Order: sequence, then structure tokens, then C-alpha cells
Amino acid sequence: MPGSKVERPRLDQPFVTGSIDTPAGSVPVVPAALTWSDRIGGCAVRWGIGRYTYTVDPGLYAVGSPDGTSPVLVTANYKLSFDALRRELPGRSAWVLVFDTRGINVWCAAGKRTFGTDEVVARVQKAGLSLIVSHQTLVLPQLGAPGVSAPEVRRRSGFRAVWGPVRAADLPAFLDSGLRATPEMRRVRFTTYDRLVLVPVEFVGSLGIGVGAAAASTLAGGIGPGWYSVPRALARAPLAVAAPLTAVVAGTLVTPLLLPWLRGRMFSAKGLQAGMLASIAVLLLAPAATGWPDLLAAVALILAGASFGAMNFTGASTYTSLHGVEKEMHLAMPWQIAGAAIATLLWIGGGWW
Amino acid sequence: MADLRYIDDVITLEFDVEKCTGCQQCTWVCPHGVFVMEGNRARLVDRGACMECGACERNCAFDAIHVQSGVGCAAAIIASWFNRGEVACGPADENASGTGGGCC
Repeated sequence: MPGSKVERPRLDQPFVTGSIDTPAGSVPVVPAALTWSDRIGGCAVRWGIGRYTYTVDPGLYAVGSPDGTSPVLVTANYKLSFDALRRELPGRSAWVLVFDTRGINVWCAAGKRTFGTDEVVARVQKAGLSLIVSHQTLVLPQLGAPGVSAPEVRRRSGFRAVWGPVRAADLPAFLDSGLRATPEMRRVRFTTYDRLVLVPVEFVGSLGIGVGAAAASTLAGGIGPGWYSVPRALARAPLAVAAPLTAVVAGTLVTPLLLPWLRGRMFSAKGLQAGMLASIAVLLLAPAATGWPDLLAAVALILAGASFGAMNFTGASTYTSLHGVEKEMHLAMPWQIAGAAIATLLWIGGGWW
Repeated sequence: MADLRYIDDVITLEFDVEKCTGCQQCTWVCPHGVFVMEGNRARLVDRGACMECGACERNCAFDAIHVQSGVGCAAAIIASWFNRGEVACGPADENASGTGGGCC
């Protein structure tokens, strides 16, 4: 709005290469090409490193040499989202309007409403956008729709909200066809690659529980006749460590990768199958002298842990519903808890075997 | 996605075709092709594919769509038991009630 204070993103961010003058003041310019530093940062957050502080300053940026007719593309201030958008724009001129989603991606932020109608209205005004572009149109990422009402944006800001494609990779085709998305561009997928890039964060996130369980099992392995024996704990340590870590691998790595091929709809059921596969490997590799209670304990822990770990992958998936997950948890968690309890009892009892 | 379908008998999505004006918003925002245009109105063609994200309801200006929306995330649901907050994703912060797992 004319007369109100215009806010601009900081110029001292490493990916800002200059600035461009507009009727509403200068705007930082960012290149479409990513640098090595952008790529390394993107890799690190895929492993969970610095993930919640990987942000860009919200506000309006320029790619290329945009003018009053150039499209306005909206994204979140998670740098991975921002980079995914600009790297699809080589040779193009566009305005990129970054919302303050506190470093969260578009889809999750839309679920929390930080990528929301209020933010659209406020950000358009703070950017002085009505002075900069004549078309009064915003291209919003489709996955922002759970948080943004396009009719309300129109009413409150005067800007027309057009839903862009789900994937930034489809933006060039979308822009070239006059802001038209094909039905295919509107569908989320969950390809092997999509699942693969999610594995490191899932794995790293579960590793703490796995290591904790391994430490506890190793310690508990000494319990038996004569109260406690360190040699007994050490002798059982390989299995005590292998079982929980195998459960983590089965739940957070094997299940995501084999997702379409594991049977059933429930993630916990898929994880159970991955756990069975992993159990076979552990049984084959276990020393021949291992007692049956220990082997059973390991299998029970792997099945329960893999099933639980897989169930937690629902949040990373692109197609599970709240009520579906609630139903699944209701059905699966009693079995998962029972499995963990049986594993604990057998493991402690196994000291007397 | 044809080979990946989730539990579909508890989906809360409801569509009142009588209120539909054919604005097409739901067919644009749904990431699973749940709605398609048929003549001058939308039609609910794949209710079972709904993930209850709520995009259609939020963008329907005519009150034709209702869904109890939320995130299909076990970690967020578990977190909501402990902090009695809304089921939501992402890190805990000063004014967000949800504390999810690794999903966001």
C-alpha cells in the first residue's frame, strides 16, 4: 500500500549478488544458479544438520532483471525450498516473494498456517508489491493451499492467487504456458528418489533411540545367576547392540525404500515385514551358541522397533491422513508395546539360560 | 501413486454438490486428484485418496466441502498427547503447540 513502510530482505546474505531498483525501492538480486556452498548446506540439512536454522530473510527478491510484467513466485523461507525454486529459473526474470515460515517447508508450514492467508496479505503489503508489478497476480505453490485461501487473498489484498505446480521443476513449463498447470503437475508423488532423500533425516532422528536401547540392553545383559556378571554382559553385547540398530535400519531405511512392494496399507505392517527380513539376517549371523531366549528377544525387539519406526515415516510420506494414522496407531501400538515388553522379559530372563 | 494408497475407511471428507458453483478451486489445490470437473460442477471421484490436508475446504468459498483436517504424522500425534496441543509438524517454538518428529 502506498505510504506504508516497505521492508526488504538483508543484503548481507551470502547468496545475494546485488540489488535492482524498483518504484518501491531497491530489491536484492539472487542468481538462479546454486553455488557449492548452497549445495553443501542442502546436503547437510538432509542429514538433519542445522535443519531448523536453515533460513533466508523473508521478503521480496529478484531473479534476472524482472520488471512490472514479470511473474511473482512465492515460497517459504526454508533455504532448501528457496533454492529449489530459484534453481529452476535460469535465463528467466521473476520476482520471488519469500514468506516467513520460520524455516519450515511450504507444505508443513501450510499445515501450521505460518504459510497462510494472513502472511500473504501482510507480505504483499510489506513488499510494496502493488507498486512493483502491474498484473496483481501471485503464483503460490500448490502445496501452500492447506494454509491459504485464494478467494480470501483476492478479497483482502486485491491480488489474484494462482496455484503453481506441486514441483518447482514444472515451473518453467507452467510459466511458458501462461500459468496453466497440467493435471499431472497438480499431483504429488512419492517416488523412490523422493523417499531416498528422506531416509537420512529419519535414520539420524531414530539413531538416538537405537543407541540408547543398545546401551541399555548391553548393561542388562549382565543380569543373571549371581546377580551381575560383566563377562556375561560382554558375551551378549553383540546381539544387544545388533538388535536395536537392526530395528532402526529396518524401520527407517528398508521400509521407506521398499514402501510400494511391502504388503498392506498400514506403515506399521510394512515395517513388520521389513523387520522380518532383517530378523532373518540377524538369526543367520548370530553365533551358534546363542540361547533361544536371546534370539527370540532380538526378533521381538526388531519386529516391534521396525514396525514403530516405519509408522513414524507416515509424517514424511505424501499421502497419509490424520484419521488414517490415528486408526493405524490404535491398531498397531498395543502389539508394538507387547513386542518390546516380551523382548525385555526374554532378554533379562535369558541371563539364566 | 497408484501403488501407494492409505487406509481409506476413516476419511472425514464431505462434499455437498448442491453448494458447488464450479469455481474449480478444489480441483486445482488437491494434490491427489480427489476432485474433477464434470460439466459445470466439481465431482468427488476418489475420496479414498484424500489425505485430509484441508486445502479444498480452505479454498472453497461456497462452504461445499468439509473435512477434519490435520497431519497424517504418527510422531506429531504422539507429541500432541504429551503437550496436549494441536497435532502439528516441525520444531517446538514459542507459539506453536505442535512438536513433530522428523517430518518437516
